[in-house]
Amino acid sequence: MTAAPLTTASASARASAAPGRRRGRGLSRGTRRALLNLAGVLVALFALFPVLWMISTAFKPATEIYSLTPHPIPLHPTLANFRAVFSGSVIGISYWNFLKNSLFVTLVAVAASSLIGLLAAIALGRFRFRFRTTYLIMLLIVQLLPQQALVVSLFIDFRKVNLLDSLVGLIAVYTAFALPVTIWMLRNFAATVPKDLEEAAAIDGAGVWTRFWRILLPLVSPGLVSTSVFAFIFAYNEFVFALTFLGTDTAKFTLPLYVQYFYGQNSTDWGAIMASSTLFTIPVLAFFLLTQRRLASGLVAGAVKG
Amino acid sequence: MVTSEHSRPGNPSPAGAMSQGRGPGGDNAGRPRPVPPAPGYTFRQRAAIWIRRRGAGPYLLLLPATAVIGVLILWPAVQVGLFSFKNYGLMQISGVLPAQWVGFSNYSQILHDPEFWQSLKTSVYFAVVVVPLTMIAGTLAGLLLARLGPRMRTFVSVSALLAWATPAVSASVIFVWLVSPDGGVVDWALAKLPSWLGGGAHWAGFSWTNATLPAYTVLTVMLVWTGFPFIAVTVLAGLRTLPSELLEAARVDGAGPWRTFWRVTFPLLRPVFLVLALLSTIWDFGMFTQAYIVTGGLGQPDEFNLGLYEYSQAFTQPPHYGLASAAAFVLTIILLIVTVGYVRAAIKQGSLA
Repeated sequence: MTAAPLTTASASARASAAPGRRRGRGLSRGTRRALLNLAGVLVALFALFPVLWMISTAFKPATEIYSLTPHPIPLHPTLANFRAVFSGSVIGISYWNFLKNSLFVTLVAVAASSLIGLLAAIALGRFRFRFRTTYLIMLLIVQLLPQQALVVSLFIDFRKVNLLDSLVGLIAVYTAFALPVTIWMLRNFAATVPKDLEEAAAIDGAGVWTRFWRILLPLVSPGLVSTSVFAFIFAYNEFVFALTFLGTDTAKFTLPLYVQYFYGQNSTDWGAIMASSTLFTIPVLAFFLLTQRRLASGLVAGAVKG
Repeated sequence: MVTSEHSRPGNPSPAGAMSQGRGPGGDNAGRPRPVPPAPGYTFRQRAAIWIRRRGAGPYLLLLPATAVIGVLILWPAVQVGLFSFKNYGLMQISGVLPAQWVGFSNYSQILHDPEFWQSLKTSVYFAVVVVPLTMIAGTLAGLLLARLGPRMRTFVSVSALLAWATPAVSASVIFVWLVSPDGGVVDWALAKLPSWLGGGAHWAGFSWTNATLPAYTVLTVMLVWTGFPFIAVTVLAGLRTLPSELLEAARVDGAGPWRTFWRVTFPLLRPVFLVLALLSTIWDFGMFTQAYIVTGGLGQPDEFNLGLYEYSQAFTQPPHYGLASAAAFVLTIILLIVTVGYVRAAIKQGSLA
């Protein structure tokens, strides 16, 4: 009541009026809290419902999936849908093959973009040079260019250099498109490493490599973790490039393309489709849950989305 | 030429770490005296001296990133512009005929295509509906988060962010299942709903994905679902930067939550809201994956948005890469106009510092 930066007179005058208004709303503190919590639970339910429904459907036998009254929880849970996905029904290739493709592409792209991004972030975070602002603006713009526009041009280039139907081509593209956000976020971490620390180490006789490994890298590693998570989520979820570049070779599909293809080939077997989708989604959501604490700040700091 | 004090010779800098071993003068910190490359130095040492004296460190560090971005993002962007003036098609990509410059003929062709205008209209309407809805839902959720206790806040925001992190492909397939006329839970629930709420038996077996309006209604709900968490946590972070005295003062003055929001919170967080609105516009106008899956691939031209229209020009047989590039160029220019606003807002916010 008294924290208001007003003149004392007006503050006290208004303060006396306020409690009346409050009571006029007729809500005790406890009721208010309960209502807010209820609203919070509803928001969480809205957010979680589609994912929960996917998981629940994946465990349902066909009779329950097409029953006239859908149950939120499977009455007779079954693993048949998952078995179909693992054994490679419909497509003839098991889920593991696509998981392997996805992890290979994603991990290599994340490693490459982290390394290349860290170098650039050091330049942008720790140096003042002529084209620094221009470069930063370029990163902002590049990050927002529509991928479905560039994919036409990349398709023609990749066709010429035989990178179509190749996971290597996909890795290259994912590295490039993960870079702007990686650099943008890492540069702040690189800038916060105190100069004195490095100079002190230098005076103590630490060489440049030692200074990099022992001082700079440990201090930017929290940043590297969050940028890696973003790059991981982007590359693991990416669809447009995979769709265009891996069009014909089913065995090379990454998980998003597999799930979409599985759905297309199989459009009535919702149990199996939801099982494939669950096996695609749960790893990335689990990964997100494990790392979300570190992400909170980075998420707000940078404009990021796949 | 170079204003970095890091790059003076003798000043330990990460540039050295990246480009060479221990250079001469690298260990007597802070002495800005240029060291002449005496004949006894090795090549590595000479390189180190050159890099430091010319201030080339940051440029060398930027080289790999610039090369990758240049080759795989900037060049394709330029090439899309070039292709849009060429008759690039099946004959040209297979090398049977050389590509020729055709001036603005690709542009005039798509501008005379009613499908182009239809898809543009769909994209514009979609953004006009989804962006405000996402902003409102996200802001309300953010304001709610700010009023919750710490545990509840973590639970709600993490739950919401799971929606944000759900891959677009999964989200699309899940939503198609939710609204499936054959066992989908949405039609079931709508049929159970009392008629004064718009429910009724006619919803049973309603097909959502075979016509533009229902399909884009599903996409609207999906994109609000995907987009609101990001806005909520950003608004929450913004709310925490506000001086609590101001909000307290508004309350003391007897302002209700509505008034407090529009008179205090919104004006103070205007830059945050601007950036969020621009980003949402770019994402929603440029939506591709979700529309591709929900409307059923490239099979239904009347359900295209601009992205699908452009993509289908290139990737349905026979391919018209020239036409696709012209459409892609139009799409890119529209998004660039929004992006310019975004960059200006970002500069104002001081995020380029």
